[in-house]
Amino acid sequence: MSKKEDFVKFDKVDKSYDGKVLVVKDLNLDIEEGEFVTMLGPSGSGKTTCLMMLAGFETPTNGEIYLDKNPISNIPPHKRGIGMVFQNYALFPHMTVYENLAFPLRVRKISKDDIDKKVEKALSMVSLSGFGNRMPGQLSGGQQQRVAVARALVFDPSVVLMDEPLGALDKNLRESMQYEIKHIHESIGVTVVYVTHDQGEALTMSNRIAVFNDGKVQQLSSPDKLYEEPVNSFVAEFIGENNTFAGEISDISNGSCKVKLDKGEIIANPISVKSVGEKTTVSIRPERALINPKDKMDNNQKGKIEEVIYHGDHTRVRLNLLGNSEFILKVPNSSQNLDIKLGNEINIGWNSHDARALDPK
Amino acid sequence: MSSEQKILSTDGIPLEESLKQAEKKNKIKAFLLVTPLLLFLIITYIIPIADMFSRSIDDKMVTNMLPKTYKAMEQWDGKELPSEEVFKAFYLDYKILVENKTAGKLQTQLNYEKNGFKSVLKKLARKQKKFEEGNYKEQIMKVHKRWRNVDYWRAIKRRAPSYTYSKYLKGVDMYSNEEGKIIQVAENRRIHRILWSRTLEVAFFVTFFCFLMAYPIAHLLATLPMKYSNLLMICVLLPFWTSLLVRTASWMILLQQQGLVNDFFVWIGLVTNDNRPEMMYNKTGTYVAMTQILLPFMVLPLYSVMKTISPSLMRAGKSLGATPGVAFFKIYFPLTIPGIGAGCLLVFILAIGYYITPALVGGASGTLISNQIAYHMKSTLDWSFASAMGLMLLTGVLVIYWIYNKLVGVDNIKLG
Repeated sequence: MSKKEDFVKFDKVDKSYDGKVLVVKDLNLDIEEGEFVTMLGPSGSGKTTCLMMLAGFETPTNGEIYLDKNPISNIPPHKRGIGMVFQNYALFPHMTVYENLAFPLRVRKISKDDIDKKVEKALSMVSLSGFGNRMPGQLSGGQQQRVAVARALVFDPSVVLMDEPLGALDKNLRESMQYEIKHIHESIGVTVVYVTHDQGEALTMSNRIAVFNDGKVQQLSSPDKLYEEPVNSFVAEFIGENNTFAGEISDISNGSCKVKLDKGEIIANPISVKSVGEKTTVSIRPERALINPKDKMDNNQKGKIEEVIYHGDHTRVRLNLLGNSEFILKVPNSSQNLDIKLGNEINIGWNSHDARALDPK
Repeated sequence: MSSEQKILSTDGIPLEESLKQAEKKNKIKAFLLVTPLLLFLIITYIIPIADMFSRSIDDKMVTNMLPKTYKAMEQWDGKELPSEEVFKAFYLDYKILVENKTAGKLQTQLNYEKNGFKSVLKKLARKQKKFEEGNYKEQIMKVHKRWRNVDYWRAIKRRAPSYTYSKYLKGVDMYSNEEGKIIQVAENRRIHRILWSRTLEVAFFVTFFCFLMAYPIAHLLATLPMKYSNLLMICVLLPFWTSLLVRTASWMILLQQQGLVNDFFVWIGLVTNDNRPEMMYNKTGTYVAMTQILLPFMVLPLYSVMKTISPSLMRAGKSLGATPGVAFFKIYFPLTIPGIGAGCLLVFILAIGYYITPALVGGASGTLISNQIAYHMKSTLDWSFASAMGLMLLTGVLVIYWIYNKLVGVDNIKLG
């Protein structure tokens, strides 16, 4: 079976709750069959609204959503056959784990034997075999979460939506659940649309990430591309750590440009700037700037150390560099002894390719 | 370490003891804090109920009026006429009563026991002044031939114990006859049973109507956005803050035959002007007014339970393929049962003892057992009977509570 490229399709979708503000603006998004797509964004960016429209709990104000080429705006939620995992699990507290899992099967009038088999299979998939007779209240948060995942998958939906499912778990559990959900996705190949505001979660789990802000998809690409090649300053800022310089283009040629700052000048990689005189924000990842670089780099600056924070595996160093006193460096904890002390002046170098000149903030 | 080994605190005192000592102060403090409430409960609740109970079974009056008679009667087996000794004792007791002008009470009380006793005793009161000393049996029997009838002496003997449960029997339209058998009163005099069953019926239907009306209101309250739900909440509570009397009176204005509701029915042509239905001074009036008055007691517990049900549960149900109806009955409704239980119990228990509203709008066919209790408190002054019925009502409520506990479980109740 060949994978359908636009299995889920948002086509020019707008959404407004009050007729005054658009929460989602002209959303176009194609999701491939079997893909794990994450909608990532700050709260209020419209990502959950998109998920709710796909699930059928909200209707698009304009535009259409297609599921396997069929428009679904007029189909009520219970006929869409989309599984959903809710933020607070939404397990039915008056039913046992078994009854919770059997619920979607019973409403589909599946025979008792098949229900038993499917529930057992789903429980073993989330390694909770033998928990069928427990009440949800007797389970830990992580176990409840796994039951919720099993329940969303037990009736073999074509798409599963997850609305910040790991938000209520503690850090360690959240990480192990991330891998568990990823493995379940890989083993059964269901299409997953995942909503989160946690970028770490998004980067670990997804095939592709749609970064939302202000009701729009800012960038839709694979995790590595998103991190390495953000297309605008919002994405650069939102994903990972980021050092920025605001300035003006003074020269642009052959895939590189000169940016004039208040103090000094740097060479950068023009991404969303085209002509001299444009305002820009230059973004450099902390790990791309090196201390006392051995190789020749086309940007070399001196900075003064203002703060040193020990993090175990690395040390964070805050510098004052070219008038930016928030310039962060991450120095790996290696045997190499660098002279990192408060107040010292050090040499910093980076390649112009890694300094991306993006839209001004 | 063996489990029997005693764990000692650092000072060498057994841990259990040192814990007790440490807790002692807190326990005393906690007890002192609840003492006022405890005293209040004892004074205003436990003591009155105990007093009611003793009043309802108290029958010392006759016993105290005929002390010698009952002493003499101790040996009497009640089969044949009692001995001279009893006659003499009765004569002496009765003489004192006549002299003190308290014989009337005895006459009334004994007449309850045996019809026609009053005239016999009155005659004796007149004649006994001329009695000579000795052979009282002959003299008394000469006054009235009924004194030869052993039944009258049995009637006196029956009042010997200072406690009686006859008021309770009366409460369910029964009495114990001359032979001490418990039998029902004549069919045309069984009013209490009608009242009991009507009270239960009214309480049941009022609870049912309250439930039907309160469920959607509570649901709306719990799901509407804050600014609307606050307004609705005030609408629910506003009648609550209005005097019960005012509310009942306003129903009288609405429901009477020349009232607004009837006017409206005539105006829309539902009924003709000279055929206005009676909606008050009968059961309909009681139902309507009591349902409206007790509605908040159903809405509030339901609301507090519904407020805690996450809307995502219904969404989850729908996303799993349940139609809205199925999702409601399989998910939402079972989760509201604690609220339904609390509301129904509250309304039912309040309705079963309701007084003012049925008294004002109930008329003859709409009065309840509490109105009967009030009648005996105020009009007949038969306080012991009123107490007996009050206690029967209380017992009934406790039984309902017990059944409810067995069926639903009191821990499942949620009042907010």
